[in-house]
Amino acid sequence: MWIAIGSLTTMGLVLGGLLGLAARFLAVQENPLEEELKEMLPGSQCGQCGYVGCSQYAAALAKGEASVTLCTPGGKATIEALAKKLGVTADLSEHEEKGPEHAFIVEDLCIGCTRCIRECSTDAIMGANKLMHTIIVDVCHGCGKCVKVCPTDAILMVPVPVTLRNWHWPKPQIEQTHSEPKVGHAH
Amino acid sequence: MKLFPIRGGIHPDYRKEQTSEKAIVDLPMPSTLYIPLQQHIGAPAEVLVSEGDLVKKGQMIARNQGAVSASQHAPTSGRIRTVTEVTAPHPSGLPQSTIVLESDGKDEWAELLAPIADPFAADMHTINDRVAQSGIVGMGGAAFPSAIKLNLGEQKKLDTLLLNGAECEPYLTCDDRVMREFPEEIIDGARIMAHALGTARIVIGIEQNKPQAIENMTKAASAFAEIEVVGVPVQYPMGSERHLVQAITGLETPARKLTADLGIVVHNVSTARAVHHAVRFGRPLVSRVVTVSGNAIREPKNIMTPIGARIADLIEFCGGFASRPESVVNGGPMMGQPLASLEAPVVKGTSGILALTAEEINDNPTTPCIRCSSCVTICPCGLSPVDMAAHIRKDKLELAAKLGVMDCFSCGSCSFICPSHIPLVHYFNYAKGVLNDLERERNKNERVKTLAEARNIRLEKAAEAKRAALAARKTPSATTSAGNENEAKTTATTEEKVNA
Amino acid sequence: MSIAGINKSGPFAHASNSVQKTMFTVLLALVPATAFNLYLFGWPAILLFTVTIGACVAIEAGCLSLAGKPIKATLADCSAILTGWLLAMSLPPWAPWWLAVVGAVFAIAMAKHSFGGLGQNVFNPAMVGRTVLLISFPVTMTTWIVPHPLFSPGAPGLFEAFSITFGGHMPDAVSAASALGHIKTELSRGIPVTESIAHVPDLMDMALGYRAGSLGETSAILILAGGLFLMAKRIITWHIPLTVIGGLFLMAAIFHAIDPARFASGTFHVFSGATFLGAFFIATDYVTSPVTMKGKIIFGLGCGILIWLIRTFAGYPEGVAFAVLLMNSLAPIIDQYTRPRAFGRTSKGEPLPLDKDKS
Repeated sequence: MWIAIGSLTTMGLVLGGLLGLAARFLAVQENPLEEELKEMLPGSQCGQCGYVGCSQYAAALAKGEASVTLCTPGGKATIEALAKKLGVTADLSEHEEKGPEHAFIVEDLCIGCTRCIRECSTDAIMGANKLMHTIIVDVCHGCGKCVKVCPTDAILMVPVPVTLRNWHWPKPQIEQTHSEPKVGHAH
Repeated sequence: MKLFPIRGGIHPDYRKEQTSEKAIVDLPMPSTLYIPLQQHIGAPAEVLVSEGDLVKKGQMIARNQGAVSASQHAPTSGRIRTVTEVTAPHPSGLPQSTIVLESDGKDEWAELLAPIADPFAADMHTINDRVAQSGIVGMGGAAFPSAIKLNLGEQKKLDTLLLNGAECEPYLTCDDRVMREFPEEIIDGARIMAHALGTARIVIGIEQNKPQAIENMTKAASAFAEIEVVGVPVQYPMGSERHLVQAITGLETPARKLTADLGIVVHNVSTARAVHHAVRFGRPLVSRVVTVSGNAIREPKNIMTPIGARIADLIEFCGGFASRPESVVNGGPMMGQPLASLEAPVVKGTSGILALTAEEINDNPTTPCIRCSSCVTICPCGLSPVDMAAHIRKDKLELAAKLGVMDCFSCGSCSFICPSHIPLVHYFNYAKGVLNDLERERNKNERVKTLAEARNIRLEKAAEAKRAALAARKTPSATTSAGNENEAKTTATTEEKVNA
Repeated sequence: MSIAGINKSGPFAHASNSVQKTMFTVLLALVPATAFNLYLFGWPAILLFTVTIGACVAIEAGCLSLAGKPIKATLADCSAILTGWLLAMSLPPWAPWWLAVVGAVFAIAMAKHSFGGLGQNVFNPAMVGRTVLLISFPVTMTTWIVPHPLFSPGAPGLFEAFSITFGGHMPDAVSAASALGHIKTELSRGIPVTESIAHVPDLMDMALGYRAGSLGETSAILILAGGLFLMAKRIITWHIPLTVIGGLFLMAAIFHAIDPARFASGTFHVFSGATFLGAFFIATDYVTSPVTMKGKIIFGLGCGILIWLIRTFAGYPEGVAFAVLLMNSLAPIIDQYTRPRAFGRTSKGEPLPLDKDKS
């Protein structure tokens, strides 16, 4: 019996040691994670994630301090790409899929102050001092920075309308007449 | 002619006898017609008329925007009431820009383009321009602008024009009747198209369940040695252009490529007839044959209808509903789309309107997949529906894409055969929609990044200029205040961006 | 006028097949062999058969209610009945009732519902049930008897049958070895196959069924008839049955030619044991076998070879259940590597190359 215990323990120690050495000396070099994460984000520095800019958010993600679901303008595509890169599962239950939004200026309230023009991260607002400002919808990606700086609250976020061009079938809902399961769900 | 087998496919109950022996009848002209600006693949047409304009039949009322677009013509004479949003014949029920035309009852033709005297001596471009000006699009349902397809002769080496008379969908008999009643027109149109394409050979593929059509077309083609009429096996989806090409030539069109890359161009038989009218008489595409059928229709018919008639008008002409339909379908039962509203108009690609009862649809509640592999055996594209649907159900769309869901053309064979009644095609339509959306979003994110970077560069440059100006102010030769300069620069650059 | 309910995309036509119809056809194909064997083994077999199916259905209903799924609709698809039927076919005909119930628990609750219910199981439920029983109760599971046809002299009447199945009183001196079991035991005693083969029922008897074995083992001809019926109805294809039987026959024939004293012949292997049942009804189970044609061939060959290997070299005389379970575990990876070629693409998934002359 002692021989059996001894031999198995020795094998375990030796093989474990070999694995440890391999992990140290045969490790694969990887690109800095932060750079790659930053590439995935929209790059408009809108601040909706709560961090000052996209690079800050990327840094926090790389350290594992931030959730992948914080980038609203990036949409589902960004969340999924980040989740895949970091090897985590994105908890989309909290994520309100608001759908893409764009800014809209209520012309009656606009005073032509150009504050939003200077703030817009993609130059999506057209206008000049004391002249009407308008959002260029194709360029606006819904970061919402303009909404915060408008002194007359003339800017709203509205959903990008569904047209024949971007409509698609919703996911099929398979109903099963369900009574609540008597044992707990494993979700 | 030696034929080749195609993979998979189904043999549904065709139910064509409801309308196959009914000759085409003309729809009495409705009082109002609704002509959408986009009835085709590509950019919508540009409106040429406005409210109150008087138009004659065949007059161009919207012009094609660019090459991948088609024009629209007035289907009858009358007055333009307005250009407004009307429900599209689309499952979403969303509206689209539509010209509303009130008929004056006279149905007078406008001054048409002169007939091309000898099409076979004419230049390819003359014919293609005529086809483009006549608003002709693929009438098999795809509605791709035909002039572009005819231009392929310039870019690729072509040897065969294949006319698609397969009509493999159940219930539909519009092409069958057109082939029976107007075979000479189709043959003439085909010969004109072949001349435009530069193909030496014309093959007309007709499914063997249409013996009368095969006979009539063969007779009409007998004078021309280059035309061969072939009866192809009755198998759904024989009408798919890639599968028809494989059946007739044995060649498989590579993924993401056109049949033209194999030297073959495919057109629908009704499209050929439209080309005949455009070239020989200068008449644009203003009407088409639609099969109205299904057990919920009182009197099923094949109707020659003007483009823009409401679907409700056609159904009324057929005696209305005999019973409440479970679904009203635009097209055939396999690939047709459900209609959200009967107020939607008939467009150039509408081949059938089916009012189907629940028994005809024969759908049952979905039960779990039992991995019977019928769907794998039957898929004409060699995909694995069972695995793709399982991934999509669990929201792993990227895995489904790896399995080839973007290659699926939604023929519906898998959903048809599934014993558990799993809505496989619905899963794939959903997945394709979401994957396309993600692609658009990715492209948008790329663009946003580029724009944001450009802005950063611009701001840095402005800051740099400000610093330089500040440094310059230390010297007595001060220039204008730097602040204003910057502001003017900011607004100017924004406008530059807009105009770019 | 607008129409409500545009939430379903096409197609708007369906074939008239259903899961229920398919399962029912399979049951129908099993009827001739089962009826004949129930007749051969008399009342105790009939009672055991009823208990097995009853237990399977009851446990399925219980699992469904625990999972919150609709009970009546799901039971109507007959899959629990089929599992029970196949499990009963693999038990000794005069086995006690508790063997059937324990088997049903493992087959339905463990092998099927703990994986997620219909369509989600990796392993064939009936075979899991049988294997668990075989390993846990080796003696009870190998107590074979010679046929005592119903109403023949010496056959137990209904009352006696109750005491056999429910009372556990196996009458003395009725047990006999199955053909495979006999060969194996004799080999272990050093008696070559060529001699012991004389003591097993001849080929005709084995084919027709007048021999000791489980309900599903005995009548090869009737099982074959059922299998051919299934193929005619397009429920199964030839791929799996042919390759299972073919693989087994080839391995046996090759080795029998090398050493007839050690290895039994190909025909012996094909006609003994549950080969036909395994080839036509068990290995062809939809859920646990590959979905592609190429995959089915590999699966069938694997089963055939493993059956021979286990029968010849392993500790158990019958190998169908183990072979099928082992191949079930490989089915997903077989599926992954035998995907069909997509239209317009090579088998690697790249678009087909264009003939350069044409463009």
